[in-house]
Amino acid sequence: MRELQLSLNQTQKVRLQRALEKLESLSSKANSNASVTVADSIPVNYEDGLLKGHGTSEFNGEVVATVCGIVERVNKLVYVRALRARYKPEVGDIIVGRVIEVAPKRWRVEINYSHDAVLMLSSMNLPDGIQRRRTALDELNMRSIFEENDVICAEVRGFQHDGLHLQARSQKYGKLGRGQLLTVPPYLVKRRKQHFHHLENYGIDLIIGCNGFIWVGEHVQVTDDMVVDQVNKSEQDDAKPDENSISPEDQEKNYTRQETRENICRAANAIRVLSTLGFNITVEVITETVDLSTSINVAIHEMLGSEFYVLVAEKESVRRSMTKKK
Amino acid sequence: MEYVSPEGLRLDGRRPMEMRQIRAEIGVVAKADGSALFEMGNTKVIAAVYGPREVQNRSQQLNDSALVRCEYTMANFSTGDRMRKPKGDRRSTEISLVIRQTMEACIMTHLMPRSQIDIFVQVLQADGGTRSACINAASLALADAGIPMRDLVTSCSAGYLNSTPLLDLNYIEDSAGGADVTLGIMPKLDKVTLLQMDAKLSVETFENVMQLAIEGCKAVATYIREVLLENTKQLESRRGI
Repeated sequence: MRELQLSLNQTQKVRLQRALEKLESLSSKANSNASVTVADSIPVNYEDGLLKGHGTSEFNGEVVATVCGIVERVNKLVYVRALRARYKPEVGDIIVGRVIEVAPKRWRVEINYSHDAVLMLSSMNLPDGIQRRRTALDELNMRSIFEENDVICAEVRGFQHDGLHLQARSQKYGKLGRGQLLTVPPYLVKRRKQHFHHLENYGIDLIIGCNGFIWVGEHVQVTDDMVVDQVNKSEQDDAKPDENSISPEDQEKNYTRQETRENICRAANAIRVLSTLGFNITVEVITETVDLSTSINVAIHEMLGSEFYVLVAEKESVRRSMTKKK
Repeated sequence: MEYVSPEGLRLDGRRPMEMRQIRAEIGVVAKADGSALFEMGNTKVIAAVYGPREVQNRSQQLNDSALVRCEYTMANFSTGDRMRKPKGDRRSTEISLVIRQTMEACIMTHLMPRSQIDIFVQVLQADGGTRSACINAASLALADAGIPMRDLVTSCSAGYLNSTPLLDLNYIEDSAGGADVTLGIMPKLDKVTLLQMDAKLSVETFENVMQLAIEGCKAVATYIREVLLENTKQLESRRGI
């Protein structure tokens, strides 16, 4: 009943419908009748013993769903996996979030969870890379690391008494700049081994956060510049005492080539299309969508037009039927 | 005035026990966590749910359950005569409260401590029964947002005019001055969460009218469940593996 808000002409409508019907027929073979709505009773076998998981409750001796979703059974456990709910963090998830507050010794980060996450100053690497106790001076300089509204990338550390804690103990985590943040429903992102991706053909970085926040940005070389670089850095600082004048090298550093910018936009639009259609979002699908758009010479702004939606849907149905055959 | 003709037809051509056409759509507000559009004949209501999210006003935070808030507004263009009503007039405050209490009864708030759920409902077209339409829309939107609920709340109104019980009153019948019973039930648990009446009725007639309203609620529930199930199936099949 969720209708796409697109203006399609008659042929496009038919093509889209056919592609979506094909997708439906492909998946309906895999799991039939596993979807439930609120207050549907879930058939269970009481003889084997039973553990009621998330999204279930008991009423009149029946197991009843409390959310809309898919019934999952793991041995004795019966639970309902909700689609379209807010993100539920798990320890070790890689997430992208936005800093909303700088508080004493901590940052508050919006991560699409029911509470704000906390990133402690002590649970992140300092920019100079030295391992040491955080002093009061570090605390005062917290805004030099992250400010309000900065987009950051971190890892879920776990639940403490005062909420969800994050950590950023590697150079790959930290502030994200020169790119776009996209929000998609978190159920479209699957937990995988790799969430950081470098698309070499396009020179862009892709961080698919488990919380449905996706970062598309210019590729940055991750360098673990530890103490070794410290000496060089301080020398450089001495060399240019005047901070206001921007040297040509700095300008070069802050400049993103137009080609890269276009690639960022293309990837971002690909993700937008995929999330509107409700397709699973992985690097492979994103790169395929971007490749599709370049191969048929669709301009970046036209990617959000109805014709491209139809093409992506058709492509996805072909792709899934191919993987099915294998 | 004659509200039921001798042939047994109402002003808009319905039978006394007939409901108006209902239609529901999920996912109409892109930025919201859950949203729904609900139509009962010419009454059209849109609902958006945000949350569970961080409590905005810390002093309102509840340590053992979620805070549920509700805001009901009527669009200026929703009624026949375009009236510029001040926000927060008595009527809308009352309906906000009613919807909040009804929805709070079905949400499992203890599962989301220290968080807040906001429900916004707006009437786009008013033709009687906005209260029930709002509750139905809010119920759908909450289910879409993936908020755990004991049961869906569905609502329907019934009235008593020309000594006939009538189901699902429209604006003309509503303003006729007869009794108007708005009922909200949880169909699976078989419990009443809302019952309002704004006139007097004898016990026997009230029971008849109430029974009619219950039937109406159940019919709405069947439709809502269909819509939700279809939506869930669609989301799952689109996502793939």
